[in-house]
Amino acid sequence: MRDGFEIIDHTADIAIAAYGIDMKKAFANAALGMFSIMTDIKKVNETVTRDIKVTAEDMKALLVSWLNELLFICEVEKILFRRFDISELNETKIVARCYGEKIDAKRHKIKTEIKAATYHMTQIEENRDGVRVQVLFDI
Amino acid sequence: MSGTKRLIQKDKYRWEIPQDYKPGMNVPGILYADDEMLAHIKEDEAIEQVANVATLPGIVSLSLAMPDIHWGYGFPIGGVAATRVKDGVISPGGVGFDINCGVRLLRTNLSEDEVRPKIDKLVDALYHNVPSGVGSEGKLRLKPNEVEDVLRKGARWAVDKGYGEREDIEVTEERGCMGGADPDKVSARAKQRGGPQLGTLGSGNHFLEIQMVEEIYEAETARAMGIMHVGQIFLLIHTGSRGLGYQICDDYVKNMGSAVRKYGIELPDRQLACAPVTSPEGKDYYAAMACAANYAWANRQCITHWARESFIQALKKSPSELGMEMVYDVAHNIAKIEKHEVDGKKVDVCVHRKGATRSLPAGHPDVPKIYSKIGQPVLIPGDMGRYSFVLVGTERAMSDTFGSTCHGAGRLQSRTAAKKGVRGSDVAYKLEAKGIKVRTASLSSLAEEASEAYKDVAQVVEVTHQAGISRKVAKMRPIGVIKG
Repeated sequence: MRDGFEIIDHTADIAIAAYGIDMKKAFANAALGMFSIMTDIKKVNETVTRDIKVTAEDMKALLVSWLNELLFICEVEKILFRRFDISELNETKIVARCYGEKIDAKRHKIKTEIKAATYHMTQIEENRDGVRVQVLFDI
Repeated sequence: MSGTKRLIQKDKYRWEIPQDYKPGMNVPGILYADDEMLAHIKEDEAIEQVANVATLPGIVSLSLAMPDIHWGYGFPIGGVAATRVKDGVISPGGVGFDINCGVRLLRTNLSEDEVRPKIDKLVDALYHNVPSGVGSEGKLRLKPNEVEDVLRKGARWAVDKGYGEREDIEVTEERGCMGGADPDKVSARAKQRGGPQLGTLGSGNHFLEIQMVEEIYEAETARAMGIMHVGQIFLLIHTGSRGLGYQICDDYVKNMGSAVRKYGIELPDRQLACAPVTSPEGKDYYAAMACAANYAWANRQCITHWARESFIQALKKSPSELGMEMVYDVAHNIAKIEKHEVDGKKVDVCVHRKGATRSLPAGHPDVPKIYSKIGQPVLIPGDMGRYSFVLVGTERAMSDTFGSTCHGAGRLQSRTAAKKGVRGSDVAYKLEAKGIKVRTASLSSLAEEASEAYKDVAQVVEVTHQAGISRKVAKMRPIGVIKG
């Protein structure tokens, strides 16, 4: 299975597929994909960390909630994240330490505002090779 | 794609999606489009989404799609669905994340030749006075208890604080304040997002546009709205409820996931999560959604005030010389309890309009008095490079579409495809070559909104006009744009 993420075309919005050798890696890549839609992630340093814990009723809801939690912190605290160290992940709970930087308008150009991650087209596939997750964002 | 199968042409502009198109549909669908538009609509999943909406419990008559329909999440954009209050559902996905995203139009006494020479100054003043861009924060900085006031009072909160005039409220849908708003049903997180963002334009397709009248179709109707002559200058404001609305939608889609199981509702798409209108979950969502709607009206009201100040500053004219009265303010992402005729009886229904505008006829009790003889003004923003329309509501909309019509151009191209073809700086250059002055916080976001990415709004409006669900009153062309 591949690593990383790819953008999937959609008429009004943007969807991504993220891959990983395991669920943790795929969830981390989905988050990385989301911030890459918003900004040039190469220009984001790791100067702040936030510990995040999210619960949901099942894995798909957890994926959506995890991404929306990051959007919430990004908007309220003005932080762009670039690395996601997921220590715990099961069907209903994710615990992670996220690394990023406070938005600096001079260095960080925000390309696209993401309103939210949606449940439409959400997919999680797991096989011997690894995991593929898919999410559609409202932008 | 599945969208190409079995549509039945009803007349020149209406296509039926029969009830057996897909299992579980409670009503058929109707799609408004001409032949050319239909070919594009079939290219993605929009028709499938119209069919999905038809499976919602308690949906009455038809699952409707306006001609600006495109593929959304859950509901299609351009979707209209009415559910019986008695035994139907309400769905946050039928409103969307940007609750009460909408449009407001202000008239002026100015004409093109007075504004063109000062357009740079005017665009700069607007850009300076109205905060815009991703996650933009305003000058208001509300405390939590003030946020609750905004959620309860809507546009009236802003007018009480000195942002705008009493008369503005008279020509705002719902008079700028939806009943049933309960701030206790709004999460602390939503309020936290809303606090700093009141009075901001945001990003994406939100904008301020200085427009001039290009063509008038119904002189008398236009005059009633203060649209007097070709070349007259108007200002269009397009924004919504910002992060507060996004958070409320997210909170309640999550909540309703469990409601769906509790009430034994089967859904083809999880983003359609819903609950009975009269259930505690349904009522809570309605109360929270009304709060976001009120926030959006307060938001457009504050921006209106700063826009007026910008005109005064840039053009060095007095308010009475400018004559910047509001024409109207409409929501195009909202759910409302309304009375409509279903099978010959007046029934209370919850009308979901997701990317659709209310279109009430002359004489309807919810139309402001000054428009009671002509009907409700319907404001249709186009894309930046082309034009916008002012329409008016009709009886036909009441009988055919639960008093609804289109909301805009509707996307044709994905954002990534739009960006591949064009660069933001090229878009700005092209617009300036057409005599449109642009200021934007993000060139990339400008490229996504390039004209080529949209259906021609004139074609969308023409379908609604020919089908009789709204009538053309005037066409406006932009001469200045502030893009979030």
